Amino acid sequence: MTSLPPPDVRRDARRRRRRAVDVWLRRLGAGAVVFALGLAGLMLTAIIVASLPALTQTTVRVDFEIDPTLVSATDPAAGDFRAIVARGAAALFPDAPPAEASAAQRILTPAATRILRQEVLRNPDLIGRRLALAVPAAGPYDQLARDHVDRQAPETRRQLDDADIARFDRLTADGRVARSLNFGLLFNGDSRFPEVAGLAGAITGSAMALAICLAICLPIGIATAILMVEFAPRNRLTVVIEANVNNLAAVPPILYGLLGLAVFITCFGLPRSSPLVAGMVLALMTLPTVVIATSLALRRVPMAIREAGFAVGASRYQVVLHHVLPLALPGILTGAIAAISQALGEAAPLLLIGMNAFVTSVPHGVTEAATTLPTQILLWSESPQPGFVARAAAAILVLLASLVALNGIAVLLRHRAERRR
Amino acid sequence: MARPSLLLAASTAEPSPPTKISAQGISAWYGPIRALENVCLEIPSNRVTALIGPSGCGKTTFLRCLNRLNDTIPGARVTGTIRLDGVDIMGQYIDVAELRTRVGMVFQKPNPFPKSVFENVAYGPRIHGLAHSRAELSVIVESALRHAGLWDEVKDRLASPGTALSGGQQQRLCIARAIATQPEVLLMDEPAAALDPIATSLIEALIDDLRESYTIVVVTHSMQQAARISQHTAFLDHGRLVEVGETTEIFSTPREKQTEDYITGKIG
Repeated sequence: MTSLPPPDVRRDARRRRRRAVDVWLRRLGAGAVVFALGLAGLMLTAIIVASLPALTQTTVRVDFEIDPTLVSATDPAAGDFRAIVARGAAALFPDAPPAEASAAQRILTPAATRILRQEVLRNPDLIGRRLALAVPAAGPYDQLARDHVDRQAPETRRQLDDADIARFDRLTADGRVARSLNFGLLFNGDSRFPEVAGLAGAITGSAMALAICLAICLPIGIATAILMVEFAPRNRLTVVIEANVNNLAAVPPILYGLLGLAVFITCFGLPRSSPLVAGMVLALMTLPTVVIATSLALRRVPMAIREAGFAVGASRYQVVLHHVLPLALPGILTGAIAAISQALGEAAPLLLIGMNAFVTSVPHGVTEAATTLPTQILLWSESPQPGFVARAAAAILVLLASLVALNGIAVLLRHRAERRR
Repeated sequence: MARPSLLLAASTAEPSPPTKISAQGISAWYGPIRALENVCLEIPSNRVTALIGPSGCGKTTFLRCLNRLNDTIPGARVTGTIRLDGVDIMGQYIDVAELRTRVGMVFQKPNPFPKSVFENVAYGPRIHGLAHSRAELSVIVESALRHAGLWDEVKDRLASPGTALSGGQQQRLCIARAIATQPEVLLMDEPAAALDPIATSLIEALIDDLRESYTIVVVTHSMQQAARISQHTAFLDHGRLVEVGETTEIFSTPREKQTEDYITGKIG
């Protein structure tokens, strides 16, 4: 007993130990935050660097003679634009032998015919005149313009031979080659050729699918939660149902794709690859999230508020509608944010219902074939051309930007709902 | 706050007032727990009836039977008959919302809606269609706030949130909200329990004023408060009604030993 130090010494030691633990906990937390932010920053930087080549596009200015004998003013749609492009390409090298004309045309994107056709159909006055158009360069030449081609490598090891390179260098010297912002990335549909491939179809498809998803899962999910929390008696059945809703939230998303394939497409005969089915599948997937978030928000509303409503003679629905829901709105919007993020970024269930089809046209209705942003990213990242790899990274940026924008709107709404209480 | 005149008035032999609420054989359960056992109580019209007793004796449960607020609690069950002006209100086909407009309630903790002062009072009249125009509604709100003795304090900030008022003001706002639907009975569950002495005396004076127009049932754990504000007192213990009678009698000459022990502070 005599070996024990006096009480105040022991108290000091305890205090020091407590403080040391505090300091270490704080350091651990700060370290975790720095680590997580660093990883996120690294990821974002990697994506931005990888997407940089897709943000600009090498173009070649070509003068096209819109010959009225090839394109008649009465029926421009039936015109022979292929021949006009061939002539325009050949005219780039007036002193070259005719045999090299097809090699000259290979500098331009194979989609040049379609681009020219669209241009003339939009503006028929061009017929009989000369049109100078900046045409995207074909993939290999785009790489060449970016110095991604090793000119010293043996000819057999590269896509372009010395003559091809010489031709392109001449165009550069003529001042016909330029690099411009790649607006096509946002406004074009998908294509086999990376230089003209864009996200318009995927963005439209994703927007349609998300709209359908929210239109289904928000009303049904909120109504389910209201029924569960405010109206249903608490018995064994409702407890089992609630536990299973929580379990549903943990089901791998790909299973919802299987369900959609089996029920919506096979049974109901809805069209494959359509934003309609995609939206319905995503709604099934996000429904548990919305139900859980809403029921948590409803449970957080104090019982005293409900009793105040009941005590002045409000019916159950009036209490819910006038008092509980407005107070639960911020929590419900948090659920909506989670649902939006989940629905917009999910690819697995959409693969099963064919949202990874190759679709070049932008959908005009929810039953037309389309892709979505995540499935488009998958499609592009599997393509071997270097142009597509960069475009996949750019598509990820677009996806991230839409997520941030949509969540920003939801956060703003939540902020307003919180201020109003 | 001695009110000798009031005590005198209660002690003199008035003609006994008509019964407003008559409860017969009330038993209540929360799940397996029995909260009330065969309580029979007559509540006289235009009087203040105090329910006293130790914590957990069933005072609040009984109060909540009178406007069927126990219906909203999952697992709660009430048996027996309660007649309001002779009509059974326990029946399945009674419109509970309508009943609650006739039997208003004020809670222990002030619970104004997180809306403006005006909206708090206007909500009841609005959902029951008591006002046909905005002007009529304003008249109802003003009269309710005046009756609750709050008008002069809030008339310039009717649009500010009710939750921004002080605790005593919030409770008077809740009283205004309860009387805005022009009920006949006012139930008060320890209305001053969360308030300071000054706010408490305001509420007590208010209860005394309101007695003219309403039948009031007050739950309180304060013996002094029961003696000050009530004319009738019922003493409950362990879910049973032990004794009921004129407040002056209960406090001066209780019939039961149990009541005497509680009042003199030996139990509870």
